[in-house]
Formats: sequence, C-alpha cells, structure tokens
Amino acid sequence: MIIQQVGMAGTLESSDITISIEPNGTKGIEIELKSTVENQFGNQIRKVILETLQGMGIEHAYVRANDKGALDCAIKARVMTAVSRVVDGDCRPWEAE
Amino acid sequence: MQKLRRTMLYVPGNNPGMIRDAHIYGADSIMIDLEDSVSLYEKDAARLLVYQALKTFDFGGIEVLVRVNPLNTPYGRDDFEAIVRAQPTAIRLPKTETADDVIEADELITEIEQKIGMEHGTIKLFAAVESGKGALNAAQIAVASKRLIGIAIGAEDFVTDLKTTRSPEGIELLTARSLILFAARAAGIAAVDTVYSDVNNEEGFASEVKLIKQLGFDGKSIINPRQIEIVNRIYTPTEAEIKKSKRIIEASLEAEAKGSGVISLDGKMIDRPIVERARRILDLAEAAKINVE
Amino acid sequence: MLNGAGREIPLAIEGLDGITPFDRKSTYGQFKNTERLKDRQQNPAKNKIMDSMEKAIEATGLRNGMTISFHHHFRNGDFILNMVMDQIAKMGIRDLVLAASSLTDIHAPLVEHVRNGVIRRIETSGLRGELAQAYSYGWFDIPVTINSHGGRARAIASGECPIDVAFLGAPSCDAYGNANGTSSVNEAPSACGSLGYAMVDAQYARNVVIITDNLVSYPNTPFAIPETQVDYVVVVDRIGDQKGIVSGATRYTKNPKELLIAKNAADVIEASGYFVDGFSLQTGSGGAALATTRFLREKMLAANIKASFALGGITQQIVDLHEEGLIEKLLDVQSFDLRAVESLRKNKFHQQISAEYYASPENIGCAAHQLDVVVLSALEIDLNFNVNVITGSDGVIRGASGGHCDTAAGAAVSIIVAPLIRGRMPAILDRVNTIITPGHTVDVLVTDQGIAVNPLRQDLLAGFKAAKLPVFTIEELQEKATRIVGKPEPIQWEDKIVGVIKYRDGSVIDVIRQVKQGR
Repeated sequence: MIIQQVGMAGTLESSDITISIEPNGTKGIEIELKSTVENQFGNQIRKVILETLQGMGIEHAYVRANDKGALDCAIKARVMTAVSRVVDGDCRPWEAE
Repeated sequence: MQKLRRTMLYVPGNNPGMIRDAHIYGADSIMIDLEDSVSLYEKDAARLLVYQALKTFDFGGIEVLVRVNPLNTPYGRDDFEAIVRAQPTAIRLPKTETADDVIEADELITEIEQKIGMEHGTIKLFAAVESGKGALNAAQIAVASKRLIGIAIGAEDFVTDLKTTRSPEGIELLTARSLILFAARAAGIAAVDTVYSDVNNEEGFASEVKLIKQLGFDGKSIINPRQIEIVNRIYTPTEAEIKKSKRIIEASLEAEAKGSGVISLDGKMIDRPIVERARRILDLAEAAKINVE
Repeated sequence: MLNGAGREIPLAIEGLDGITPFDRKSTYGQFKNTERLKDRQQNPAKNKIMDSMEKAIEATGLRNGMTISFHHHFRNGDFILNMVMDQIAKMGIRDLVLAASSLTDIHAPLVEHVRNGVIRRIETSGLRGELAQAYSYGWFDIPVTINSHGGRARAIASGECPIDVAFLGAPSCDAYGNANGTSSVNEAPSACGSLGYAMVDAQYARNVVIITDNLVSYPNTPFAIPETQVDYVVVVDRIGDQKGIVSGATRYTKNPKELLIAKNAADVIEASGYFVDGFSLQTGSGGAALATTRFLREKMLAANIKASFALGGITQQIVDLHEEGLIEKLLDVQSFDLRAVESLRKNKFHQQISAEYYASPENIGCAAHQLDVVVLSALEIDLNFNVNVITGSDGVIRGASGGHCDTAAGAAVSIIVAPLIRGRMPAILDRVNTIITPGHTVDVLVTDQGIAVNPLRQDLLAGFKAAKLPVFTIEELQEKATRIVGKPEPIQWEDKIVGVIKYRDGSVIDVIRQVKQGR
C-alpha cells in the first residue's frame, strides 16, 4: 500500500496517542515520536508503530506520533485507523490477521 | 453459582484509558460501547481500538459485552465483523424492535463464526429494547435466538419514542419494564434495567435501584463506577435473609439425601420456589464477599 | 555586703553557686529605665520595626558565607523568599547557604541566585519547576540537600544546621514580633494557618526577622512565634498571594480510581487491628489519601469509634470529622486549605505545633511516634517497599520529602496509596529511582488492583486475609502491571551527583544523579 495523503487518528487524552501518517516518497518508514514516557517506552512505541505498518504492507511513510502513555494495543489500533483512513478502497485490518 | 449481572458498566469505546481500567471496579459485567458514546467520525477508530483491546486484555475474567451499531447503519456490519473476531462474551444489539432483528444478528454471527473457524454459538447476544414496538415484541425477541443471554431496556430512547420524559418515580417505564421482565423470565434469560444518568444524585439512583430490584430485575446498566457500590449494597441480602436461606438449603439437601420429595423446616413444608429464592440469596451474599459457610 | 536594695547579702552561701547581689544600676532588668519610659511616651511606636528590608538585613549582620532560612507555609503563593533574596543580592552578599523548609515553582528565581554565587548551596524538603530541573540537568556544582520535615527540625535544634538569619513571613504580627499564621482581630489577607515549620527557625536562629503585611496592635495573641524570639519586624505591602497559599476548599475526588484506592485503604485500616476507640491518624493531601478519610468516617460511625487526634497537614476533610466529634484533637503543623485555617482560628482543640514537635526523631515526645495509622502517597515503590516521592519517572526532581519518612517510621501502620498504573508507568519497580522512605518502615501498599503487605508485618497480613481483603505479594502486583503496560527501560543517569537525600537522623540514604538527556 502506498500512502498518498495525510491520515490521522487518536486523541490527546491520557493513555492515548495521536498518529499522523504522511507520504514519504521512497525513503522507508520514518517515525517522529513525542512521548510522556519516551525514556522508558520510546523504543517499544517505535517498534509497535513500525511493525503495525509493515504488517499492513506499508513500506514508505512519515509518521508523527504524540503519545500520552498509550498501551501497545491502543498504538496499534490508532496506526491501523490512520492508515485505513487514507488508503484506497476498503481497509479491514481484522480480516488480515 | 449462576452468573450475576447486578451491574453492567458502560465504557465508551474510543477511550483507551477507560477500557484499560474498566475491570477494576468490581462490576459484574463490562459493556464497551461503539454506538451512542462514539461520534460518527470516530466509529472506525473505536471499532479498531475495541478490537485490539479485546484481543489483548483479559479483563480479570469479567464478562465483556460490546454494544455495536445497528445493522441498518453503515457501521453495523463492520462492527460485527471485527468484534466477533475479538471474541467478547456477547454482542449487545441496540434498538431491537422485532424478533427478526435478533435473527438477522444471529445469522450474521453464524456466518462470521463459520468464516473464521470459530465454534458455532461462541458469541452470545444481548438485546436492548428502546421503543414501544420493541417492548410489545419483547416476548418474541427474548426467544428469537439461542445465543440470547439477556434483554435490557434503554430508557432514554424509549421515553422519547413514547413522547414523554423520565420522571423520578419512573411511572412511564413501568409497563415496558414489566413486559421485558416477563419476556426474560419466560425465556429463562437475564433482565437488566436502564442507566441512571445523574451520577451525582446518589439518593435518586438508590431509590430507582430499589424499585427495579423489587420488580425482579437481575441488575442495572451503570455509567460510572461510583454507582457500583450502591447497586451492590441494595442487592446484598440481610443477615437474617442469609441465615434463613442457609437453613432452607440445608433442609432441601437433607430431603434429597433421604430421597424424600417433601422438604420441611421447623415443621412447615417448603415449596420449590422458596428453595430457588434461597439459592439466589446465597449467591448474592457470596458475591458481596459475605462468608456464608 | 549591702546590696542595691539595702540588704545584707553574703557573697557566698554554702551549697549555692554564684551569688550576685542586686544592684539597680549595672544590669538591664534590675533597674527601671526611665529614659525608655520617656522615650515611649514621646514615641509610642518605638518597637522592633525596621524601615526597610535592607535595614533589617544590615541589622542582622548578615555576611558572606552565612546560613539563612525561610518557611514554606505560603506554598506557591510565597512572595517573601524572592523579595528577600533580591535584596540580599542587591547588597552584594554572597556564598550563602539557603536552608528553606521547602521550595516550589514560584522560587524559580533562585536559579539565577545560585548561578551568580549569591547562594552557594540549598537545603530543603522539596523543589519543583525550573529550580528542580536546573539541579537535575546538572547546572550546579554543589548538590541540593533534601531533608524530611522531622530531619530538618532535628538538625536545626541540635545545632547541626545553625541558622544565622531566619526570614519568616507572618500573616499577622505586632510591633514587638508576636507573629501568627492567622489573626484574631482581622481577616489576615495572607492567612496560612499553622506556622509550624517557621516555629523551629524562630526558636533556634541567631537572628529572626518577621516580615508581615498585617501589622496588628500589641499583643498579637494567640501567637505561633513569641516576641522573645524575634529581633526585627519588617512591614511590606504583600507577603503572598492568597490563591497560591491555600486552596479554597479541598474537594473530595470524583476520580473513580482514587475512590477505589481510598476504599481499599479504609478497609486496610479497619482490618489492621489498630482501628479501636482512641486511635490516631494522619492522611496526606493527595486525592486518594483525602478520600480515605471519608470512607473511614462511615466505618467510625458504624463501629462507634472515635480518634484521639489527627496529625500533620490539616485539611477540610479532617476538620469536618473534628467538628463532627469523630476526631477529638487536631495537631496542625501545616494548614492546607481555608477551612483548616478557619478551624485553627475558632476551634479550641485545633492546636498548631512546630515541626520539631511534629516529627523530630531526637526529642522525647514527637507526635509522629504517637501515630497509629498514616496514609501516604508515592510516586514509586519497589519490591523492597522503598518509596520514592522526590524524582519523577523521568528521573527529574519534582516533589518533596515532607514528613513521609518521619511518619512512616513513627506510625504503627504506614500505608502507601498509589494507582497500580499511572499513564503507562507502573507504580512498582524492581528498584525505585530514589529512596526517600526505607522499605523496612513501610507496612502496606494499597493500589486499585490489590494490596501488598511488607513481609516484616505478618501480623497485619493475617488480619487482612481474615477480612478477605485482596492481598497479593508485591511481586504479584508488579507482574499484574507488567502484563498490562510492559516493562519500562531504566532511566539513564550521568555520574554527577545533583542531590543528597538525608534520612531523618541526618544520615545520607540516597543520592540523586544528573539525568542523561537526548538519546
């Protein structure tokens, strides 16, 4: 799948994360993360975002994430939502798993 | 022990923090909502969030229901597709008006279960009646599917449909509550009452809980964890009730052991319904962590 | 010989030392100073009042290298410390030791004073905001010393921390220095209630300057600080901002998780074996700790149990129970809200106490050692029950030691309340980042998802199990949290020490190191 527009999901509430997914040419996946738990969970958050995108067949994207202590499952859900909002056609991530 | 449903706690489906913490407050059931508490623009986000959350959390073994959007909206079908896969205890159908609504949901679940290789009948149903038509059809609704484990009344939509408003005494809900209760008892499923939205009015809430307990409801839908203790307190039997119930159960066990069909206590004959009531009282006592040994 | 009163007095009497015959000329106090009387007639305002802060500072003889002190009863509404420090800096005095009872966000200007060498080092119970960050990021050469309230009082009383000049703000004061945290004659605009922390400084400092915005007529009774301890009085326009000094009324939390923790804490108290008529308690000012009081109230009414006293920081919740007759007496070292301030003014058995009386470990009657139950908050707790209340999960200083370790050590049951998970951070770590209160003085951890008892307290454990409370080992609780949030990576520290944590006896229990930035 190729990201051609900006897709956003999530809220700024505690325990949530906002994900903005943007086109990134052919430069692979780049993640710009701000997090209240950067020092303790920054690596884990980046890993979840990356793996979720790869799982959805996305090779190139620029991701801006603003995290307020979201758990992995919430991060995954928000990434999937952001992607599903910009890719062409129907996107039903639950069918892929 | 029978499954208790004294409290069914609503949790907004697009709030990760509240979903994460929903199980800690001691509610008997959790009901995560994709319908009224989620805006039209966030239906997709909430659906995916609840899907991921259900697949991740164990909720401490508490019963989890998901209220989906009606099948006649653009969101209903995707809700079913995603949520059945995430395997909650049950899907709660909003705005049920006829037996066909239940059958349609039942068939869709069957289709999805087959598609993903899930055992038939894994996902249960819980129907909410929120209109005059639904209340009149309650008896048929309650027996429309083997998946159905309970039926509930949703009062806000119901009073609007009736062209009235909610009163503190709830006189406008009396008939509907009774119809739903009769339907539930006839079908042998649970009956759960509607929410009480003024969280700060603890007194008003308590008197409504007393009313629906007296009517016969298994419990109440609640919108705030602070309401749990009030419901539990009202549903907790008194010491005298517990004592008496214990003696009744003992007498019935004794009769059973003797192979006698007649149960007697203090020289009086005890009817079967009294034994059944005693058993429920002991269940409620145990749920309230009262030592009944 | 004949003494000044015309009586025959021997110069030595066997068994008695040092006979000094009365002599009405030589010694002050032995003669009536008619000059002073005349002076008073002509100038009735003669008193300890200095015209300006500058003159007061000059009069104290403050020089480079000395130690000055402040109290923190005005919390985030304090104008005194910044006002005095600016004046001291202007006068070119340098190299001072600042020994404040505590510091907060409003004291950010201290960053410049430390940078410029006006202040050499700081001792305090806590610090927040820019100053705390400046320390944590390693800007300063000498680490900040963190004391507990009891430990500070002990150090001052024992002479370990000699104070040269104490600058003490007072919401009411008369011309001779009788000072109080409220006023019996007017609505003190900067009322703060108890002056418990200031009382220690007033008693032991070499020079005491009272700074007030509410000069009242003599004698200002009741007083927290008597004129016998006061050298100078300075009158200024405003000593503080009421909004920052006290909150209007501390409201009961509506946060369901805090209520759940509070309910669990009240259950723990009830099953502790110390919930008997005449028990004593202290609860902190955090949401869950405050709410514990409400759940306890129901249990006290149901069991017909009254508390003999409540100690420490006093809040509306405690005052309510006092006025309802459920707590007989209040021992108040710090009043947290307007209701507490008002109660101190009007309730006979609401007594202000000094920090030394409150919690010093070395005197013979500190009230903390009379406590049955204390409920305390925590930022982090570890598998050995050590508690951190000073550094945040990012390692940056953001809290205060307060009376935490004093009351944990003193109380028969010390209860730590904390949510099992805060945001994504678990409350229970393998090792806390900073130890304020050592684990052997912590008895019970109460969370929203279960209770853990220190293995040292098998007596408590048995009672909790009998009461069917949700008891787990602390390892089990940690595992519960880890399953939900994952395991946090440890904070990265530099080698440089930026803070020294003293236990209440003055020994160093831990150090804080500089936080590594930018990975």
